[in-house]
Amino acid sequence: MGAAVATAADGRTGFWTRLSDLLYRRSGLVLALLLGPPLLWIGVIYVGSLFALLLQSFFSIDEFTGMVRPELTLKTYGELLHPANLDIILRTVVMAALVTLVGALIAFPIAYYAARYARGRLKAAFYIAIMLPLWSSYLVRVYAWKLILAKEGALTWGIERVGLTPLLEGLLSLPVIGGPSLSFSYIGTFLVFLYLWLPFMILPIQAALERVPASMIEAAGDLGARPGQAFRTVILPLALPGVVAGSIFTFSLTLGDYITPQIVGTSRLFIGQAVYIHQGTAGNIPLAAAFSVVPILVMAVYLTIAKRMGAFNAL
Amino acid sequence: MVAAVHLARASRRFGATLALDAVELEIAEGEFFGLLGPSGSGKTTCLRLIAGFDHPSQGHVEIFGQRCEDLPPYRRPVSTVFQDYALFPHMSVLDNVAYGLMVRGTGKAERHAAARDALALVKLAGYDARRPSELSGGQRQRVALARSLVTRPKVLLLDEPLGALDLKLREEMQVELKSLQKSLGITFVFVTHDQGEALSMSDRIAVFDHGRVMQVGSPEAIYERPAVPFVADFVGGSNVIDGAALALPGLPPGLYSLRPEKIRLGAGDDGAQVTAEGEIVAVLYQGGVHRVTLRLASTSLTVLVPAAEARGLSVGARQAVGWRVADMHRMEGAG
Repeated sequence: MGAAVATAADGRTGFWTRLSDLLYRRSGLVLALLLGPPLLWIGVIYVGSLFALLLQSFFSIDEFTGMVRPELTLKTYGELLHPANLDIILRTVVMAALVTLVGALIAFPIAYYAARYARGRLKAAFYIAIMLPLWSSYLVRVYAWKLILAKEGALTWGIERVGLTPLLEGLLSLPVIGGPSLSFSYIGTFLVFLYLWLPFMILPIQAALERVPASMIEAAGDLGARPGQAFRTVILPLALPGVVAGSIFTFSLTLGDYITPQIVGTSRLFIGQAVYIHQGTAGNIPLAAAFSVVPILVMAVYLTIAKRMGAFNAL
Repeated sequence: MVAAVHLARASRRFGATLALDAVELEIAEGEFFGLLGPSGSGKTTCLRLIAGFDHPSQGHVEIFGQRCEDLPPYRRPVSTVFQDYALFPHMSVLDNVAYGLMVRGTGKAERHAAARDALALVKLAGYDARRPSELSGGQRQRVALARSLVTRPKVLLLDEPLGALDLKLREEMQVELKSLQKSLGITFVFVTHDQGEALSMSDRIAVFDHGRVMQVGSPEAIYERPAVPFVADFVGGSNVIDGAALALPGLPPGLYSLRPEKIRLGAGDDGAQVTAEGEIVAVLYQGGVHRVTLRLASTSLTVLVPAAEARGLSVGARQAVGWRVADMHRMEGAG
């Protein structure tokens, strides 16, 4: 009788109608069809390879034959503690931390302006300005920066024209961060990283600030908070999930990058380059795997601290 | 005595629209003052000028005699209860209420004690540790109220304070707000579009329309003696009648307001001096009364008819009505 009622209501009985009816009755089936493929993809290909990677890091390499010995050991992790390898880790983590910190400092005012004040065309212009760099190749942008930062490059020329060359030379003569030119120093690497990952910091902060109602900021002022106090006690805590999300991007992208430090900067290695060399030319897959576990651990520690400090309380 | 709040010919222009047009308003200390008007009439803009979130394009605002052009919100002795309450989601109820004292540098023990007192005042003792997201709408509003009161403002501004509450809660809060204001002696200025709320709570009301104050007065004055047709219509839906159309000898010309409950069915009944007849256009059941709309030759009339008398009224039929001349109020302000 039910079918008769349905046919009476409208004459549709085709294949697509019956399929729609089936999916309507069995909502679990819809969910399975929607989630199945991506879960398989993530489960098998992504988590599976991550697990394989983890497993590899507990293997070691035979010094004589150069073959991987498939026995569980912590020997490879011990190798990470060699001064040369520790240097690489420290260099990368410090660079990633600085890029994240300065990135957040630069991104916040931009994101704040975009979220609070920009409307209509101005907002569209903001999105285009932030996203436009992402439309061109990463390599093109890094090489462009190499030219900008080179000794004969635009930046040096500009600095010379405004008479600040002594300042630049002073900066480049500093130990560790200095070098023969900006494009052959950590300062150069830092500037390029900062430029590359800035959109990934601005957008999450902007999204978080967008969700803070204007009345909440007004309420803080209304209750007697000076602008600085309102920022510290209301705006920043409410935007913190966005800052943390952005910092996850900038931090992990810097930790894993192996191209930028190769093009701009000193010849000293970053984690990404170490992984690249060990799994490629050196054929030391276990050490490469152990190196790539480092960023995962660093991120885990970072997120734990962020959570302890209440970064996600406003979520 | 100096006024608690004085808007001195304050205007606010947003681009091409004039949201507030030379508003002149004095609110006395200790008054429960209602700003009433339809949405977009400028009443919330008015409140924002007093709070300091916005500044007049022309004219100025004085709070207790002090001109406020250069006074940011955090230095004004006023506090706002926001329409959306604007509670801080990342703080507990207690920290929300203590916020105003915290930014003033009050010690933790002292400000928490004060916050507990304020919570007790709004009957929310024991809710200290809750998050705003764990409270009902009515409770959130009480927290917002406590948070504003804890800093002891001289003027409390309330933006549609009861708008988001259901009817029963709204009536409860009306009584509570009123008694709270009496016991604290603080000046309350509240914005509402609900004329019933304005009438029952305010000592005085300012009725707004298109950025202008149409009338200021006590609820009785506003209700019984509207100055202009807009007030007559907006506050309780009075009929507006052109005196000339009645052709009564000795009646001064002009526009008159006539409350719908003053009109009786039938002509020549208990001393009715004016009679009219028209076609019934609509009969709306409203519980105790029926709201009947009659179309006359030149105008239409709304009549409130007790349920017992409303039997037999049907749309399309002709009906005679009558009222006393004394119940007609001539609107002086109508040009």
